[in-house]
Amino acid sequence: MSLAYFLKRLALIGYTLLVVSLLVFAITQILPADAATMLLGENATPAALAAIREKLGLNDPAWVQYWRWLSGVLHGDFGVSMRTGQAVGPALLEALGRSLQLAFAAILLTLCLALPLGIIGAVNRGKAIDLFVSVKSYIGVSIPEFVSATLLILLFADWLQWLPATGYVPLSEDFARGVRHMVLPVLTVSIILIAHISRMVRSELVDVLHNDYIRAARLKGLSRRDVLFGHALRNALLPAITIVALDVGYLLGGVIVVEEIFALPGLGRQLIVAIQTRDLPSIQAGALIMASTYAIANFVADLAYAWLDKRIQYG
Amino acid sequence: MADLFRRLRGSPQGLLGLILVGVMLLIVVVGPWVAPFDPETFAPLQRYKGPSGAHWLGTDQYGRDILSRLLVGARATVLMAMLASLLGTLAGALLGTTSAYLGGRADEAIMRTIDAVLSIPSLLMALLIVTLLGKSAGNALLAIAIAFTPGMARVTRSVALAVRKQEYVAAAIARGESARYIVWREMLPNVVAPIVVEMTIRVAFAVMLFATLSFLGLGAQPPKPEWGLMVSESRRFMHLSPWMIVWPSLAIATVAIGFNLLGDGLRDALNPRTS
Repeated sequence: MSLAYFLKRLALIGYTLLVVSLLVFAITQILPADAATMLLGENATPAALAAIREKLGLNDPAWVQYWRWLSGVLHGDFGVSMRTGQAVGPALLEALGRSLQLAFAAILLTLCLALPLGIIGAVNRGKAIDLFVSVKSYIGVSIPEFVSATLLILLFADWLQWLPATGYVPLSEDFARGVRHMVLPVLTVSIILIAHISRMVRSELVDVLHNDYIRAARLKGLSRRDVLFGHALRNALLPAITIVALDVGYLLGGVIVVEEIFALPGLGRQLIVAIQTRDLPSIQAGALIMASTYAIANFVADLAYAWLDKRIQYG
Repeated sequence: MADLFRRLRGSPQGLLGLILVGVMLLIVVVGPWVAPFDPETFAPLQRYKGPSGAHWLGTDQYGRDILSRLLVGARATVLMAMLASLLGTLAGALLGTTSAYLGGRADEAIMRTIDAVLSIPSLLMALLIVTLLGKSAGNALLAIAIAFTPGMARVTRSVALAVRKQEYVAAAIARGESARYIVWREMLPNVVAPIVVEMTIRVAFAVMLFATLSFLGLGAQPPKPEWGLMVSESRRFMHLSPWMIVWPSLAIATVAIGFNLLGDGLRDALNPRTS
């Protein structure tokens, strides 16, 4: 990976974050309801409204407000929640930690299951087991998280009573209970990812297995196993890095829904509460943190890809 | 066109997708006429019933017939999702083709900005837009269309770049045609096929997204028989009658599977290499 590529990529992520912050601010700033009315309620006197507008700087031009917000964010100050009156930053970062726990567990489970499934499908292409894996992944990508979550709760919490339906216990407090609470959310988020990534691994591997160098390796006398693990898999998995990073977007969307359903106090749930109560600073900060997480995941994936595949030297 | 249809039927994916989507479109068209009951009439004596001769799929917490609600709600779910995908595709196709046509720095600037916008997950984008516009089915449709636009612009642009290099575009430029003419008349028609594939797959995603928004209370509003909303409303009663949650879930999954299969089938049918 050349320095020029790294710098170009770095500049791009800077631009990405700038555009995201502008967009998030613009969308929330043109909300029909006025922030002052939201704070004081419909029955506030005009004088009180004017005073709070002055205090919050709502009379300033939009770009001045944007700049004030952005420079606050860059200093780690995300503003004060309209709902709780407390600083938004610390609360959201704590929630982000819980969401990341969920996300990492889901990615881990996904990789552990999606890679073997994809390989089994590709190696046994056209056979019954390949069909079985394909059918499963079609079903997997076609069930929205809220449906699979509800059905999982119905099965494991309501009927079998093996696992708790909702709630959250920090792992540091009671590890066993914490894990039991995490099982269903992690499973829900992973279903779509497993389906998607196993399908992708399968088709990449099928393509790679058709290459001349694979045939050459077989003709050289290497066993199928050696060819698969020594030659084919390496090349088939490279694109998987990018796909996994792109799927982080799905993952974050899934996290929003799953946290809401399982009453898991993460970033997604905070965001839904903020949206329902029209708590502007929390919406802005939550959306910004979420989009930045995604952008950074893609940035890291691109760098990893360029580092592993020496041919990539351009943007 | 007839040839495409034949090739589509030839693959198991295409055939199954065609059947599922066909049935679903039929329900969208005739659903309200064939529904045996009114989808919004309460029947206090018929609550939480399982499947029976009178109510094939059972009844919900107000005694409403679930089959009728699904049949009528197909429009609120499938039609809305299709419209949202179509709208997002049109906007994205226009943006992507224009960007490819302009080329150079303008293209670079547009695509980098689109990449940046793409780092906002679709659901989050839709949530923000619904927050901005207010919660309703129409706004959810618009939100999904907007959330889809940058992705579709990206797909279109890469296809359009290939078309841009074709000789008939060079010929049109040499004839002195206007930019609008070249984009609309020469380039767009030739980038349609891959875009239709992408759009078909996105309808599956839109159905899920739309149902999710309704589930979160930000899309269709009660008592509309929208499928996501039906799942959401019946969650509190699922221990009384699991049927009322199973059927709409199944309906959503079936539509999404149908459009996914059809999209993949179309891709294979349109790809000259696989024939």
